[in-house]
Amino acid sequence: MFRQARWDEPVIFNLGKAGRVGYTLPKVEEDVKGAVGDLNMLIPENLQRKDAPRLPELSEPEVIRHFIRLSEMNYGVDSGLYPLGSCTMKYNPKINEFLAGLPKLGMLHPYQNESTVQGVLEILYRLERWLAEITGTAEVCLQPSAGAHGEFLGVCIMRAYHRLKGESEKRKDVLIPDSAHGTNPASAAMAGFNVVVIPSDEEGCVDLEALKAAVSDRTAGLMLTNPNTLGIFEKNIEEIAKIVHEAGGLLYYDGANLNPILCKVRPGDMGFDIVHINIHKTFGTPHGGGGPGAGPVGVTEELAKFLPVPRIVFDGERYRLDYDRPYSIGKIRCFYGNVAVLLKAYAYILSLGREGLEEVAEVSVLNANYVMRKLREIEGLALPYNSEKPRKHECVFSAKPLKNKTGVSALNIAKRLLDYGLHAPTIYFPLIVEEALMIEPTETAEKEELDRFVEAMREICREAREKPEEVLMAPHNTAVRRLDEVRASHPQTMALSWRMYQKKLAAKKP
Amino acid sequence: MVEIGLKGKGHPYIPNSNPKIKQEMMREIGIKSIDELYSDIPEKYFLKKPLNLPEALSEFEVKRHVEALLSKNKTCEDMPVFLGAGCWPHYVPAVVKEIVQRSEFLTSYTPYQPEISQGMLQALFEYQSMICELTAMDVANCSMYDWASALGEAARMASRVTKRNEIFIPRIIHPERKATLQTYTEPADISIKEIAYNPETGQLDLDDLERKISDRTAAVYIENPSYLGFVEEHVDEIGSIAHKHGALFIVGVDPTSLGVFKPPGEYGADIVVGEAQPLGNSMNFGGPLLGIFACRDDLNLVRQMPGRIIGLTTTTDGGKHGFCMVLQTREQHIRREKATSNICSNEALCAVASAVYMALLGPQGLRELGETIMYRSNYAMRLLSRIEGVKAPVFKSLHFKEFTVNFDSAGLSVKEVNEKLLGMGIHGGKDISKEFPELGQTALYCVTEIHSKEDIGLLAKSLEKIVQKR
Ligand SMILES: Cc1ncc(COP(=O)(O)O)c(C=O)c1O
Repeated sequence: MFRQARWDEPVIFNLGKAGRVGYTLPKVEEDVKGAVGDLNMLIPENLQRKDAPRLPELSEPEVIRHFIRLSEMNYGVDSGLYPLGSCTMKYNPKINEFLAGLPKLGMLHPYQNESTVQGVLEILYRLERWLAEITGTAEVCLQPSAGAHGEFLGVCIMRAYHRLKGESEKRKDVLIPDSAHGTNPASAAMAGFNVVVIPSDEEGCVDLEALKAAVSDRTAGLMLTNPNTLGIFEKNIEEIAKIVHEAGGLLYYDGANLNPILCKVRPGDMGFDIVHINIHKTFGTPHGGGGPGAGPVGVTEELAKFLPVPRIVFDGERYRLDYDRPYSIGKIRCFYGNVAVLLKAYAYILSLGREGLEEVAEVSVLNANYVMRKLREIEGLALPYNSEKPRKHECVFSAKPLKNKTGVSALNIAKRLLDYGLHAPTIYFPLIVEEALMIEPTETAEKEELDRFVEAMREICREAREKPEEVLMAPHNTAVRRLDEVRASHPQTMALSWRMYQKKLAAKKP
Repeated sequence: MVEIGLKGKGHPYIPNSNPKIKQEMMREIGIKSIDELYSDIPEKYFLKKPLNLPEALSEFEVKRHVEALLSKNKTCEDMPVFLGAGCWPHYVPAVVKEIVQRSEFLTSYTPYQPEISQGMLQALFEYQSMICELTAMDVANCSMYDWASALGEAARMASRVTKRNEIFIPRIIHPERKATLQTYTEPADISIKEIAYNPETGQLDLDDLERKISDRTAAVYIENPSYLGFVEEHVDEIGSIAHKHGALFIVGVDPTSLGVFKPPGEYGADIVVGEAQPLGNSMNFGGPLLGIFACRDDLNLVRQMPGRIIGLTTTTDGGKHGFCMVLQTREQHIRREKATSNICSNEALCAVASAVYMALLGPQGLRELGETIMYRSNYAMRLLSRIEGVKAPVFKSLHFKEFTVNFDSAGLSVKEVNEKLLGMGIHGGKDISKEFPELGQTALYCVTEIHSKEDIGLLAKSLEKIVQKR
């Protein structure tokens, strides 16, 4: 049976002893000090820090032990299966990590003279070309720091496009299917658009009639995930593209789900004008507990002029950074992107090559369908939308039948899975499936692990019928038992930092 | 379909690519070919010819290839680099690297299941808490993409909180940060107005601020230290002016200065943004970076904050403390187009690195870091200012870490100086002659704890030669 480490690890502020230090700084030479003089004479009284920041005082071994214990209370891809739908939690190859950790990258400053950074520019330039080839777009910009950041850039480009055509005042609507990820509407709203929700049809795809009814000369574009979050490919994509383009809108591709179609079909060929890629999904870079990722954006020839500056250009001999782009939307962050993450993607593509990437797609789809077929047999789980239809990288089940019968919800199943040493699937998303369990095994899960997952699901559904309290009270084997999330967000009990906790709650007993 | 590629052996990253296993799984689910799983995709979209991508390389070949490319770079280990301007050369202690390479942290996802993610959650809570101690604020989120995007979000937040749509920024601000601010604020119809500076000192022109501020002003933003390295001295006055007009006071900080300088929370800041890359993260050619975002304990502010926030709570049986994400009703997976921001994946691991860094340094180390940077950078200024034809710094103000160097009297352009320096194996400062033409041929230099007395001496000698040989 699985058992996660359960340390009674204090908050770091309760560790250590006054006066301990964990790190030594280079010594300042006496004559340097002498030349500068007393810092207290230099810094005006009103700007001096009077009370030292109340940071913990720890020696090096104490710091190490604290964080190692914390790491032991955390589950990662290297700990086991992580079938978190839409998040593509695949194995993160170690060689990439090694390469990204080299000082030849780490110690590079972004404003160094171009002649001294030719190597890294070459890597970035080639990666742009490969990603353009993979997505079927003309030019790729590596700057966005995450998928949602790429979306924001994408919709800003949409805005700039309509503005140049003199239609930005009119084209204020961005259409988004109800199955879309929350970042899509949030990004569109950030860029000043109204969000118009398009319902899904009984196949789980964009409802064409609803789409036709929604498009107009106010349409700026449509944001679409394909395969969508149900794992279903929008087979009417040609028609969808036609409807949107004829209305004068642009088609945006949310590339979080690119994995299953790698080297098979390309968003660009399906008529998408703007594409973002989640490097930290498809290209196997680690998610780091929530980042850093990278969300490059590819666009058609026509839209390339709007990409942020600088662009990396190659004149056949040297790589340069080009800031001279009059139509550019400007900037979405400082510098050129999350380069250390992008380097891992570069190595990843090299390790797999064209054929390996296609294999990634095929096996991710095989694994998802394998799990889908097996789970379909389990009493209590329903597979909404045409259950005969193949899924792509992920499948979405509903635990509603089980809940109706036993009171055990998708949330409870998720918590119980943790007891089996498996991470839970994504739950309650997409919003169009009640009691949703969104499962994406990815191509890096082995058959034995998939079988173990299916068995655990079967067992949990059995437990739900036979001894539901076991499931309702789960998890039992994790570092902590179920947490009071309501209390965590309640104004009276909310503690968002140690100082806030001490001001508000430390005096009272919880 | 024939088993593609990989010579029928399968790929090391893909366990089920082994042809026998694949066949077995296909048999079990009743398909003859993988193509059947793609049968719903219209035929016309399938690629007719293979993509123009490289062939797979072995691990050794990948390593050799990437190392060969990287070896074309010259890093600040190969030659002294005096560049800062938003990304700074600092030393990253070995302990920090060790912890963030722990694969339980590195390979985990957003802690959607808190019970099995306590390690990440606690580390992020500790990061937030330490940022609060440094800045003297009550609430910090667990990261933004970088300082620039954090500023963009802060401006939008200020506009939502005050229901006003004008923000004041100093004329002297990093141009890429300003451009990012523009991209973030323009769709929300927030206008950005610049406040002039005192040409002698670089300090914000308070009269100009008083003249321009009104009841349309959502926020006044300053940076401390400023983009050009001088310390803003009238922080108390600026905060009062902002508050007198019902505007928020946003302060941008370099956290390495906060061991020696008064934290923004003690001079009235409502929102603090900044860049935490210097706290334990490598430069990596400019990314990933780590945006700081903090505010006061005021529900009106906290409810409008962008990004993820981790909170301390208890288990439902009340027995133990634990951590989880809080106030998720602000976030896009719940509020969709009404979310306070679209940020989903953030810079969590960089935040863990900074937590480890701050824990290592402690209050004493942080003070020492600030002092060391202060000594070395001010020493550099003094050495350079002795060179005839060189003015360092341009402004008569206190400086921290970065400072301006002007070559007008030497009749040299920054470009010429930098080219000559490069020839001598030194990276000179950032050329800001185009960003701020009124400052003439001026460069922005950066000196941190990694620059030894010898490095600084070498820079001074080299500049002396360049100026004399002209
Ligand atoms: C379908 C989809 N779109 C967009 C995103 C946003 O990507 P990121 O978290 O990198 O901002 C995600 C990931 O959470 C996703 O699953």
